[in-house]
Amino acid sequence: MSTVYDGESGEFVPPQEIAAAQDESLLQVLGLQVEFRTRDGVAKVLNGVSYHVNAGETLAVLGESGSGKSVTAQAIMGILDTPPAFVTGGSVTFKGEELLTASAERRRMVRGEGIAMIFQDALSALNPVFTVGFQIAEQLRLRRGMGKAQARAAAIELLEQVRIPHAAGRFGDYPHQFSGGMRQRVMIAMALALDPEVLIADEPTTALDVTVQAQIMDLLAEIQRERAMGLVLITHDLGVVAEVADRIAVMYAGRIVESGGAREIYRRPGHPYTVALLESLPRLDLKGQQLNTIKGLPPSLTDIPPGCPFHPRCRLAQDICRRQVPEPVPLDAARSSACHFTGELMDRV
Amino acid sequence: MSDPTVAAGEPMLEPGADLGRDDSGRRQDRPRSLGGDAWHELRRKPTFVVSMVIILIVVLMAAFPWLWTHVDPNAADLSRVRQGPSGQAWFGYDVQGSDVFARVIYGTRASLLVGVLSTVGAVVIGGIVGILAGYHGRLTDSVLSRFADIFAGMPFVLGAIVILMTFNAPGSNPGEVRIVTQVVLSIAVLSWPVAMRIMRAATLVAKQQDYVKAARGLGAGPLRIIVRHLLPNTVAPVLVYATISLGANIGAEATLSYLGIGLRPPVVSWGVMISDAKDYFTVAPHMLLFPAAFVSITVLAFVMLGDAVRDAFDPKSR
Amino acid sequence: MSEPILEVTDLVKHFPVQVGVLFKRTVGHVRAVDGVSFSLARGETLGVVGESGCGKSTLAQVLMRLERATSGSVTFEGRDIFSLRGQELRRLRRDVQIVLQDPYTSLNPRMTVGDLVGEPYEIHADVAPRGERRRRVQELLELVGLNPEHINRYPHQFSGGQRQRIGIARALALRPKVIICDEPVSALDVSVQAQVMNLLGELQTRFDLSYVFIAHDLSVVRHLSTRVAVMYLGKIVEIGTDDQIYEHPTHPYTQALLSAVPLPDPEQRGRREVIRLTGDVPSPVDPPSGCRFRTRCWKAQDLCAQEEPPLVDRLGHPSACHFAEERPRIVPTSA
Repeated sequence: MSTVYDGESGEFVPPQEIAAAQDESLLQVLGLQVEFRTRDGVAKVLNGVSYHVNAGETLAVLGESGSGKSVTAQAIMGILDTPPAFVTGGSVTFKGEELLTASAERRRMVRGEGIAMIFQDALSALNPVFTVGFQIAEQLRLRRGMGKAQARAAAIELLEQVRIPHAAGRFGDYPHQFSGGMRQRVMIAMALALDPEVLIADEPTTALDVTVQAQIMDLLAEIQRERAMGLVLITHDLGVVAEVADRIAVMYAGRIVESGGAREIYRRPGHPYTVALLESLPRLDLKGQQLNTIKGLPPSLTDIPPGCPFHPRCRLAQDICRRQVPEPVPLDAARSSACHFTGELMDRV
Repeated sequence: MSDPTVAAGEPMLEPGADLGRDDSGRRQDRPRSLGGDAWHELRRKPTFVVSMVIILIVVLMAAFPWLWTHVDPNAADLSRVRQGPSGQAWFGYDVQGSDVFARVIYGTRASLLVGVLSTVGAVVIGGIVGILAGYHGRLTDSVLSRFADIFAGMPFVLGAIVILMTFNAPGSNPGEVRIVTQVVLSIAVLSWPVAMRIMRAATLVAKQQDYVKAARGLGAGPLRIIVRHLLPNTVAPVLVYATISLGANIGAEATLSYLGIGLRPPVVSWGVMISDAKDYFTVAPHMLLFPAAFVSITVLAFVMLGDAVRDAFDPKSR
Repeated sequence: MSEPILEVTDLVKHFPVQVGVLFKRTVGHVRAVDGVSFSLARGETLGVVGESGCGKSTLAQVLMRLERATSGSVTFEGRDIFSLRGQELRRLRRDVQIVLQDPYTSLNPRMTVGDLVGEPYEIHADVAPRGERRRRVQELLELVGLNPEHINRYPHQFSGGQRQRIGIARALALRPKVIICDEPVSALDVSVQAQVMNLLGELQTRFDLSYVFIAHDLSVVRHLSTRVAVMYLGKIVEIGTDDQIYEHPTHPYTQALLSAVPLPDPEQRGRREVIRLTGDVPSPVDPPSGCRFRTRCWKAQDLCAQEEPPLVDRLGHPSACHFAEERPRIVPTSA
């Protein structure tokens, strides 16, 4: 592209400097490709995913099941099961250091201390046969060389930070003795133990009730602010994203179809998929709303349609969409959309 | 107005006029049952192929022993007593001067018959008791489970000795059919609790599934729920157990025959042959080694088959 | 309001908590549903919302007569469903159907779609003659937006949304009057969820169905329901029309629940009133005395621990709180 779409004036203008934003990126993913080799064929799970997160910033990775949002996170962490998963291209850099080619030893160092991750299902992410205190303290002893008493004190402090009532008393409890919300807090405490600079939260509140979800999201936002961490929030919930995200990356069939500032994307989505998602969402604050569905299903990853992967479900699809994969078009310094008709779509609003 | 994308009165894209018909045409058109999938999976597994080839050979030996040897297994020639393997008799001769190879071939039938029948018996008893206990729960379950525990608590060999000795006083010579029946029943009676527990556990899991709830909501009776909804979903683990236990039961037959309380001459079985060979191992090891090898290989084949079948039925292993 | 099709009065369902292997001892009761009353009018959708453990799924089971009630009554077209026997019970099974939450466990994996959707006709053989069943099954598949040619496929060959359509076709087979929807869309992705919700809406108009729509997602409930009941620990705390519950909630729990729902609109950040409950829902084995919500309520006073607030209409619709009052800006009003 030799020109950039300017959202303000609605015209294509010469490219601006967009590299500046990426220099300070804490974590950067560039053109990441992952495939799953199974007996039913090769599933192209990630087809060139790029995003970055800066210190003190919340990036929401939004997508439906099978869009590859969790696989991206696992590839960043280096915890994909190989086989069946193989990283076939792209790069992941943390503070400028390439992780994909780093030694296993080095990657282990980065896990926990550089980038930590929390999962949807805290019950299965915590080891059921050890007390939660032991699990947190163990990390501190192994990685920080703390003594037993010191690690215990630090673990209790972490449990207090995530607002577990009577933290000292609950140090010796097992994971199953905690409620769902409390377990999620324990997992957050554990992820924070080594003071990571980036926290990846994979659907952290999906399994929780709405009042507990609100508590956990508040906690995550607060911790992120206090520690100036980069937060990658992986979710399918458009509501959660709207409440906490600074920037959004929308994923579909292993690609980022749209990315940009949260407010801008909600106000004026630049990709037909984002538009359709927002229109198919029932809303608390709307009465008698007409839900516009997206026809059909997300594509099978072993058989992604040629051209734009969204074209069979897209109401704007034309011939070019069936032939040519749309590259992400920068709309302004922070936004891009991978659609042949972004300009037309945005002009309609 | 807070959200122009939705509230602007008119959506940016035309509203979906239809109900969003699903197009599932991209998926395979061939109807595939879970059993079909399992079979598809199995055919590519070397362990499955190897074990099936061995089992096929064993079955053919049992069904048509005359295809494999022209020698009469009971023909005795005392001049050849305990001769080792040779070009004429590949496995040598036994203490009666009979051809060991011919006897191994003819012994297959009794060994396999005992293995198959006792397994079928154990699985049928255990399966029925297990599914009833699991489906009804509460008191029925408690009673049936404790009843099964009584049988499961008996040591196998001791139990079989007691049963068989009770029916056949030492020195008596029961008929062929009678002793085979007795051995089959003793093995079945002592091993059904395992099948029962597997079936009960599988039923307890299946019973919790929503589709059972849905069927009850439609007004389905207990028989329909057991036959249409529970059984097809619980039979796989029991089948796997049956395959593995079939091999074990062939071994059990050999054990009982070796102890002199199972099959006995004139019946020819691998166990009987091992029993015959026990006093001559140092002078004529071939008498023991060949039938024992057949037992081992057959047991191994069934265990391998069971393993392969279990992997194929377990969707998580895919 | 017209004659209610379904009427629930003081419904109670307690599950005994038992210990022991052979001789079981009851050590307490899970008070899953503890005195619930409501009525459902013909052609209406009553949404039932609440968090996990509030008893909404048990309520569905009891309404379907899959569980017996501990006490109280459920009448369908004027007759108590727990006293029905034989032919009358079969009739009830045809009139009241259920759609379950999990599209992966609610369909028997060993049966084809044809068998699944046709099973109602096998159980109720008088509804459709044998020769006609296949055609009827295909019509039903067509009706819910599935390809009728896929009649010989197995559930695992379909996606989650398609499976939920199969479940709906099965529930529709006997032409029921009431469908209990137990979280029918909560396992689905947003884009597929909208398809299924639209389908449910369309079928309701077409067949004059009444729904009891149980869900934890307040936005989904608002979209489909004409009236809404909010449950907390086995009790209805507030019940009213769509507008009354969403725009003029008076019970603190309803207010907290609505306030906690994130809105898909970044412009609303900081403009809504935030009510954050602390702690978790208490155990239904040992619920708090008096008002069950008092342990998490910011308005709680001594009275709340002593006296259970009745579900009475003081501010336009029934609300079970001693200190019920409206509170503005819980849900911002959009166009």
